Formats: sequence, C-alpha cells, structure tokens
Amino acid sequence: MSVTHPFERPDRLPDESIGAGRKAPAPRSRRRRRMMELMLAFGLLLPSLVIFGVFVFYPLIRQIYLSFFLTPPFPGEPKHYVGFSQIQQVLSSHDFLNSLGVTLLFVLYTVPTGLILGLLLAVLAHQQLAGIRFFRTVFSSTVATSVAVASVIFFTLLNPQVGLFSYWFGTQGQLSVLDDPRWALLAVSAVTIWQNLGLSFIIMSAGLQAVPDDLLEASRMDGARVWARMRHVILPMLSPTLFFAIVVGTILSLEAFGQIDILTAGGPLQHTNVLVYAIYDQVFNQDNDGRAAVMTIALFLITLVFTLVQIWLLERRVTYER
Amino acid sequence: MNAEAGVVATLGTLAPGFRTFLWIALAVIVAGIGLLVASRRGSPHYRRRVALVGRYLLLIVLAVIVLFPIYITVVDSLLKPDQVVAKPPILFPLHPQWSSYSTAWTQGHLGRYLLNSFIVTTVIVAGELATSIAAAYAFAFLEFPFRRTLFVLFLATMMVPLEVTFLTNLSTVVSLGWYNTYLGLTVPFLATGFGAFLLRQAFLGLPRDLRDAAKLDAAGHWQFLRRVVLPVARPSLAALGIFAFFSAFGQYLWPLIVTKNDRLRTVQIGLKFLANSQLNNFNVIFAGTVLAAIPLFVLLILFEKQLVRGLTAGAVKG
Amino acid sequence: MAQVALREVTKLFGDVQAVRDVSLEVEDQEFLVLLGPSGCGKSTVLRLIAGLDTPTEGTIEIGQRVVNDIEPQERDVAMVFQSYALYPQMTARRNIEFPLKNRGTPKDERERRVREVADALELTEVLDRRPAQMSGGQRQRVALARAIVRRPEAFLMDEPLSNLDAKLRTQTRTELIELQRRLATTVIYVTHDQVEGMTMGHRVAVMDRGVIQQVARPTEIYDHPANLFVAGFIGNPPMNTVTGSPCSQNGDVVIETASGSIPLTPGQQDAVRRSGVTAVVAGLRPEHVALDPDGPISASVAVVEALGYEYHVVCRLDDGQQVIIRLPAEAVVPQEGEIVHLSADPLRLHLFDAATGHGIAT
Repeated sequence: MSVTHPFERPDRLPDESIGAGRKAPAPRSRRRRRMMELMLAFGLLLPSLVIFGVFVFYPLIRQIYLSFFLTPPFPGEPKHYVGFSQIQQVLSSHDFLNSLGVTLLFVLYTVPTGLILGLLLAVLAHQQLAGIRFFRTVFSSTVATSVAVASVIFFTLLNPQVGLFSYWFGTQGQLSVLDDPRWALLAVSAVTIWQNLGLSFIIMSAGLQAVPDDLLEASRMDGARVWARMRHVILPMLSPTLFFAIVVGTILSLEAFGQIDILTAGGPLQHTNVLVYAIYDQVFNQDNDGRAAVMTIALFLITLVFTLVQIWLLERRVTYER
Repeated sequence: MNAEAGVVATLGTLAPGFRTFLWIALAVIVAGIGLLVASRRGSPHYRRRVALVGRYLLLIVLAVIVLFPIYITVVDSLLKPDQVVAKPPILFPLHPQWSSYSTAWTQGHLGRYLLNSFIVTTVIVAGELATSIAAAYAFAFLEFPFRRTLFVLFLATMMVPLEVTFLTNLSTVVSLGWYNTYLGLTVPFLATGFGAFLLRQAFLGLPRDLRDAAKLDAAGHWQFLRRVVLPVARPSLAALGIFAFFSAFGQYLWPLIVTKNDRLRTVQIGLKFLANSQLNNFNVIFAGTVLAAIPLFVLLILFEKQLVRGLTAGAVKG
Repeated sequence: MAQVALREVTKLFGDVQAVRDVSLEVEDQEFLVLLGPSGCGKSTVLRLIAGLDTPTEGTIEIGQRVVNDIEPQERDVAMVFQSYALYPQMTARRNIEFPLKNRGTPKDERERRVREVADALELTEVLDRRPAQMSGGQRQRVALARAIVRRPEAFLMDEPLSNLDAKLRTQTRTELIELQRRLATTVIYVTHDQVEGMTMGHRVAVMDRGVIQQVARPTEIYDHPANLFVAGFIGNPPMNTVTGSPCSQNGDVVIETASGSIPLTPGQQDAVRRSGVTAVVAGLRPEHVALDPDGPISASVAVVEALGYEYHVVCRLDDGQQVIIRLPAEAVVPQEGEIVHLSADPLRLHLFDAATGHGIAT
C-alpha cells in the first residue's frame, strides 16, 4: 500500500472541508430533531392508518352498531333500535345455528386433512431423488389455482349429466354430488382440500427443511427407528410450522366463500351454508342488513376465539429453536 | 347411513373404467409401500434399488392424483364440446381445437376480464409495497411515541378478515362513488398489516454496523432507504410482492360485490359468469379456466422461491 | 490542545455501567489505542465519540467543541468498523464516494478524490467490484478508503484487523501505522490485541470493566504498570505474579513466600512499610527472572516449552504458584522435574497491593 502525496492534510485549507464539522452552523436542538422524526414517522404511517381506519376498524365498529338495529322491511324507512333483542334472536335462530354447524364441520373436514396430506407429500418429496424437483413443482402446483378456478373445474367435472367425475362415480344422470345433501359439504371440502394442497405442501416443506440434518443423523446413530425419529426429532422441530399451519388454516377456512358460491350457493337445503355465505345471502338476497351485521360480528368473534384458544393451547407445545 | 354399506354400494355404481383405475392405483400404492417395507431386509444394494422403486411409485401415483384435475382441464379445453362429454372419456386431444380459446377470449370476455385483473392486481401490489415499506421503515428505524401500540394495531388488522368488513365497505365505496370502478376494487387493499410485519422483520435484520456507517456517512432517510435498506431487503420485498400478487389476483368476494358489469369484472368473477353463460360449451369454460390460471402458473414457475418465502413468513421460526 | 476529549463520561445501559467516569484527552495527530479485554467498554467509548450513543453523564469534545448534542454525521469523525460495514449492493467505488455524495460534493471533485484514495490504497482494480467479490484485505481497505476520503478531524477504528488472517494482520498493521504518520490525523484505535496496542499507539489507554486503568506510552505501560490488571494484560508470556507477605528479616523488609524470600531495595522497603499492606503481589516479567544456584526462591520445573527462538520454562513454587522464565535459545535448559533456584534484579520488581491490585509506588 503505497501512500502518496495527495493525502497529506494541509493546514486548514478553506474549501477542503466537506461542508461539515468545524464551520457548521449551530447544531439543531434535540427537541427539534425529535419533532422532525415524529412528523416523518407520522407521514409514513398515515396512508396505512387511513386505509385501516376507513376499511377495517370503522366497518368493524359499524357492524357492531348495526346489529342493534332492525332492518326495516322497506328501504328508506328508518331503522328501529331494538338493543340486544335482534342479536339474541339471530343467534338463536335455526338458520344461524345451522350455518354455525356447517362452518364448524367445514373447518373440521378441511384443516386437519389438508395439513396431514400436505405433510405427507412434503415428507415424500423431501428426499434426494433424481427429478424430485419435478414432483415438488407438481405438488405445489395447486397454489396457482385460485378458488374460482378450482371451483369452476370441479363444478364442471361434477356436472350431473355430463361431468367426468359423475360418470366415474356412476352417478351420471342422477343427482349431482353437489346437490345431494349427504355429500355436498364433503364434496366442497374435497375441492377446498385439493385447492389448498399446494399451499399446505409448501408450508410443510419449508418446515421440514428447517429440521437440522445432524439432529436426524444423531438420532439414527442412537438407534432410533423411523417412527421414533418422527416422534422425537421431526415433529418437535416441525411444531412451529404445524402451529402456524393450524392457526392460519383455520382462519382461512372460516373465511371460505368462493367455492361455496360457485359450487352450491349454500345449498342444498342449506347444507353448505357456511357463515360467510349466509351473511352474503342475508345482504344480497334478503336485504336484511341488521341480521347480517349480527352474523358478521359472530363470525369475527368466532375467528378471534378460535385463534386465541389455539394460540393458548398449542403454543406451549411448540418447541422453538434456542 | 351405514358406512360400509355406503362404500360397497358406491363401489358398485362406479364406472368400469374408473373402477379399474382405482384398483390399479391402490395396487401401485400398496406395491410402493410394500417395497419400502421390504427394503429393510436384504443386501444394501438390493435394498436401495427396491426402496428407490417404491419411492418413485408412490410419488408418481400421488402426482397423478394431484395433477389430474388440471390435466383434464387442459385436455378438455382442446376438444370439441361433444368430445368433452363423450363416454368413455377422451383423455388426450388428438386434434386439438384451439377455437375454444378464442371464443373464451372474445365472446366470453376473458380478454377484458384478464385486463381488469391485471390492472387491479398491479395497483394493489404497488400500493401494498409502498405503504408497507413506509410503515416498516417507520417501525424499524424511527423513534416516536406509541410505536409499539401502533405496531400492534397494524398486526390487529390481520385478524379482521374481509368477510367481516365487506358489508360496510360496500356502502362506503358506494357513497364515495367508487362502485364499479377501479378505485373501488383497489383502494381498500392498498395497505396490509402483514406487509408491514414482514418488511419490519426484514429491515430490523439489517446489520447494525451498516446503519451506523450510513449515519456517519451522512445518509439522509431517503438515501439510506434507497441505497442501503431496500437492496439488502430485496428478498423480502420480492416475497411480499409475489404473495400480494397471488392474493390480489385470486380475490373473489370483493370483486363480486363491487362490480356490476363486464367492463370491470375481474377474471375470477368472470369465470363464474362464463360458466353460466356458456352452459354446455364445456371446452370454452375450460379454456377460460386455463386462461385464468396461466398468469399464476407462470409466476409460480418463475418465482417459486420468493413465493415460498412470502407464504412461510413466520411459519418456520415462529 | 486536545483534539478529542472525554470528560467524566459515564454510560449506562439499563443497570449496566458500560463506561464509568472516564476522562481522556487525545492530542492532535496522536494515535491513541484503547486496549482491553472484551466487554471492558472500549467499543462503547468509541461509539460515544462517534455519536452513535449518547453519554449518560459527562461531555465529549471534538476540536474543542462540546458535541454531546451534535449528530454523528456532523461531528467530522470517520469510523472503520470491525465488520467493515460495506454496503453490500454497492461497488467499491460507490461505497467510497457515498459519504461525499451525501454531503453534496460536486461530481468531478468526488471522482477525483475517490481515484486518489483508491490509488493510495491500491484499490484501483477492484473499484467496480462488490464487497462479496473481494478478499478480506481488499474489503478492509475499502472501509479505510471510505473513511479517508472524507478527511475528517479524527479516525475511529474498531478492531479493524481482527477479521484478517494472521499474516495479513501483521502486514496491514505496519501499513496503518505508516498511513497515520503520513496523514497526520488523530486516530483512536480500539483493540483487544496487546501487540497491536504496543506497536501502533503513541499512547495506550488500558481499560477494564468500564474504567480506564492507565494511560501512558507503551514502554511506560510495559515497564511501570499501574496495577495488577495492566501488569497481567500487557506482555506475553504475562508477567509472573507471586503473592507473599512483607516481613522483617535482619532489619530489612522482604517479601516472604512459601518458597523463599524476595529481597527489596531500600526504596521499595520504605514504600511497603508506608503502605501498610499485609499481602503483596510481586511481579516479575519472565525475561527478568534468572536461574541462579544462589537465588532465594526455589521451584521445581513443571514444563519446558521449546519455541525455537527461545525457551519458556514453567516452574512451580511450593504452594503451587507458577513462574515462567524466558531463556535464550542457546542457554542450558533444566529438565522437567528438576529443582531450580531463581533470582531477580530487585530494580525490575513490581509491587502491588494484593487486596486492591494497585501498584505500590516507590
């Protein structure tokens, strides 16, 4: 490293300094600086806060407010305050309870199954085989199908007269699976599971990758068989991912709408009338905002309770990496 | 309903071709598992071979099952309407008919639908990125009162799904005159708590030395963001962008209620209308479905890594 | 006229006192080394000078100006980080010109200065590469260049050599010394490596647990350590310390140990008497202990380490305390297990209060 002349620091040459330091103006007071930082932060957060305020928090509060009012039979008439009676009436109504049941069943059908299948595929695809990348892409491919795409595909395949699946299931010409009160919810669940398979696979694969290989090798050297390895190494290491998948999966399944709308429109006989769809139905088909509002809040609270309970119950079982 | 009887009865009514397939699939799966089990004994060389075959068998069967609906969709989109419903089913298009695609595009308005979807999705993604970067910057690098409370507030918005707010949002949008406009389709989604969360994590991960060096180098906020923070956080930005794209492109409920004619409909809703309007022209319906699915598939292939990142943010480490 | 000064500076992180009542003056064009083990607070002092942290108490002055309230970028100091802190997405050129760009330096001047620095530090070939494409040594020089290009009043360096391999470290050490002499700027240099401290600094400030133990020229620190900590920290192998108690022997004060009595000069005897301490730690550098058949201390040889250019003979006293002797390569070396006798020149003896560690001044 040769050191050359241009570096020597002459004494106080006038225009040398980079405009800082010695000749700087009096330093800004700390208060003023903090004020500017505050304003900057405010400006940066403002757009998000405005949108949240208008489209998230205000609606939430308004729905609570609306649930106290009976919607008049004819538009234009003022709403009629009834306090808690509407809430009580809706929550105990047969329709609501049915929707609640359907929703819970739907969650039960789709979340655990989707998780297990995703895990299974992830485990199978986690090996070092030639061409494994192809299989991984195939297994994650359904993430590219939107709810509408999947629903339209299956709707057509399940067409009672001419659908391919109807033919295979031997039900051609008869009642479509989707119109059969015994099978409709299961069918919709199956479509949902298929559509979510890609997502589930991706999440489980990512979780599997986080399982350190040396831990597995050590356990293998300690003589652990496949099942023991699964139980003592893989599952604990996977638990944060499983936890995440359960919580997020439940939230998503409580929100399911598109597939219901396209496949069954809530029928047959309300057998697939999940809460979201029932709310939609109340507003657009029955013009009853008040009842819809009650159900909306109910849905929100159910989601909240589910999430909190799951977090409370499950998080303690999760072993995080040190 | 008696489960066993139900199963037996169902099996009996299955179409013969399908029944055969089921037996084959079952056989393959059993063979695969059997081979894997058998691979425990025997010489190492033999075991490896056998296990390998077993594994591939399982993978292939499952891949076929998963891929089949997509496969048949593509195939049927290239057949003539009467071929689609032919029994026994045609599983490969020997003379592909591309006309269904042009029908879907023009008569089925898929072109317009896709355009709308692209416009709406792009605006939403751009907006989400902008607001999330701004919020994450504030949370990660600035000090101000109530910072933690505000962050919790941001996170709380993730707990309030659209299904809860859509009613009021609809009347808000109507009263703003945004019904059936791009504004109505995009503005409610221009900010998300998830984005702020993801990017804040990424920004906080910036090495502290880099921040200090930038401070000493007299980098102002904008310079710091542009030249130091964003380049380093690029993976998270990409993840958020891809995730937001998938999310916005696949939206269903909101576009359904905020649009009223084909001028504004997005492709997801368009599909529903296509299915209703084309009735028995199944090939056109399938063609429309393929068209609607292509953008996401392309993105999946190009950006799989980033998508995985976005989807699993928070999943692995908790 | 001090270029950088700390006056009674204390820094608390919660309840932890990282820096305690530190006062220090660094002269213009001085190379001052802040030396100490990890956690002693030296890096905190550096950050306080830079303005990256603010002191809980006390004032910091740069160029006679109190800068406590002044932002880092306006203090006219540049810092070289241990990790180099190079912007990973920028080329070397961009990294170096960054501080100039932010301050509005016009383009041609910017380019001129970047070119000059790059030439001086032999970085011209890597100017358009990114940090990931450079070697550790090159990255270190880019970090240096970025600091130099600003021509600040003072350079702050936080263990800049610790990420280099041993050979490069020695080489760069010399280059840094030459650079500082040539640039004639003030440098405050933090390190835990005592070799760097001894060879590079005009003065060395030894710190331990947030407190400055001693500030002096390297030779002074070596020859006259102010307390046990400094005595033990500087020098390799470290100074031998033997604990004993002062007692009277034939009218003279000697240090009584389990393995013999250490004689003192009259001056030392006075000092020990005056200090009134009951337990004394006697310190002797390994090169100042000799094998002497008539020596007052007896010990048994535990290990003989042959380094090629000299021997380190590790001896044990009767109570287990250890004494290391340096012998030249051509000396006659005792066997392991042998009993030997040691003596030392009392003028080379350092005395410390065993209770407090303070040096007993003669």
